[in-house]
Amino acid sequence: DIDGVGRKYHLELVLEDVLGKDSTVNCTAEVLYHLGNKNIAPDVQFTLEGELKNTEEADNIFYNRIKSLEKELVAENIPDSRGNVSPDMEPFHLLAWVASGYVIWQNSTENTKFQLAQIKRVKQVKRSDEYLEFDYTILLHEMVSQEIIPWQMTVLWHPQRGVQVTQDSRQPKHAPE
Amino acid sequence: LQLDFWLAPRGLGHPVDIRVPFPSLQPVKAHLEANGVSYSIMIEDVQALVDHEQMEMLRSPRRLPLSTSTFSYDAYHNLDEIHAFMDLLVAENPNLVSKLEIGRSTENRPLYVLKFSKGGTNRPAIWIDTGIHSREWVTQASGVWFAKKIVLDHENDEGLASVLDKMDIFLEIVTNPDGFAFTQTQNRMWRKTRSKHSGSICVGVDPNRNWDADFGGPGASRNPCSETYHGPYANSEPEVKAIVDFVKNHGNIKAFVSIHSYSQLLLYPYGYTSTPAPDQKELHQISEKAVAALSSLYGTNYKYGSIITTIYQASGATVDWTYNQGIKYSFTFELRDTGRYGFLLPAKQIVPTAEETWLALKVIMLHARDHPY
Repeated sequence: DIDGVGRKYHLELVLEDVLGKDSTVNCTAEVLYHLGNKNIAPDVQFTLEGELKNTEEADNIFYNRIKSLEKELVAENIPDSRGNVSPDMEPFHLLAWVASGYVIWQNSTENTKFQLAQIKRVKQVKRSDEYLEFDYTILLHEMVSQEIIPWQMTVLWHPQRGVQVTQDSRQPKHAPE
Repeated sequence: LQLDFWLAPRGLGHPVDIRVPFPSLQPVKAHLEANGVSYSIMIEDVQALVDHEQMEMLRSPRRLPLSTSTFSYDAYHNLDEIHAFMDLLVAENPNLVSKLEIGRSTENRPLYVLKFSKGGTNRPAIWIDTGIHSREWVTQASGVWFAKKIVLDHENDEGLASVLDKMDIFLEIVTNPDGFAFTQTQNRMWRKTRSKHSGSICVGVDPNRNWDADFGGPGASRNPCSETYHGPYANSEPEVKAIVDFVKNHGNIKAFVSIHSYSQLLLYPYGYTSTPAPDQKELHQISEKAVAALSSLYGTNYKYGSIITTIYQASGATVDWTYNQGIKYSFTFELRDTGRYGFLLPAKQIVPTAEETWLALKVIMLHARDHPY
């Protein structure tokens, strides 16, 4: 506890590559949750001990594939009800993972635990510049309340320039059904 | 080269899609690279996709299973298929398995429990339920697998045989059938029951907050639109009341296991208070052993402890009620995974999940057998 400021956590963790479980990197991090105002994202500082895998080749292949699409790509329900993700949809799944990480960070408190539950819809938005743009509607699962929260996010990506979430907003739950 | 063009060439700047037979892969790649033509692999193995689709097509038009040996345990099934499975299992093993109806859901679906018994009258019993939260699909699927496993192993597996010599096993596979049907047709993420309440447009009660153990206390919501809505009063949900009545009428249940997903946890009471349960030490030791057995199969990591210290505070939870009724060995599982797929666990993980969980269940069952009370 830091008087007047908030609560700081010191973490030691191991990062594991989702695509290759034998690839791990140690990481230390400090997370500061601010007192009072729950609308500020926690501060995060981290150090990686080692390097993340180079994915340049796969990134470029994916980039070129999407850039050269005639029609804007649209896909729904990734994974589907049975947990299936087709191989050509996997990069969208991974991209959503990264982008939702940002949204989760921005909306986390000491009393939340968010996971990406599903991509409801992803729609490519064509751009004249070098970036790829996708409009995602995702479902976040919040563990403590057990709520499923729809969230919209606009994601920009470029192999060398990385991921940006330029806009995101919490969506109203469907009709209470 | 036997190239099969799925999108034929039609001019500069237009993509071309080609199915390439395996022996031609190398020369095609070499040719493209030598000419500076960029390409990407859209489908790595067309045959695998075709085989998979064939299998899916045999499965749907949703033909009901013909025997429990041809039933696909590695796939997710709907309510009709699971009911058909239960009836087949009973028909194939009438001396071991019987089906009981313990009540009806809000939408009047039957609440079926399979009873595994080698005889006797009102023997001490073990209860297992899956699917109380309908979106946790790996649990109902595991329940189906457990049922078959008991039948397969009841004579040749020493541990299971010895349990059944002294005790009965009750297994409720689809504990929340209304919710389950809803996840199939309308909303894959539905958790609660489907009861309606005057004064609210929202539907459903969290069946794991509806039990009479600090009902309405912190750790549940009084908002009908919430996923953890406890309901208007304890046991308001027929799905819950049916089990309560069954347990009370039976009077001789010695172990009670309620199965959920996801998070990979083995939990024991309490959820509503941080005061340790009187049998905390023993329950902790059993959990340690059960988790070790589970991990031994595929290395899956589980944490264990009381509900409130391990996951979160919850009031009106199933195993808090069963424990306070005197069922000492009351446990809750949270199965795979830890969030990568969450509720949408790929079907190919059903069997490994069920297999490893079964090892943990056996530890609990054997302990109950060896420690009568």
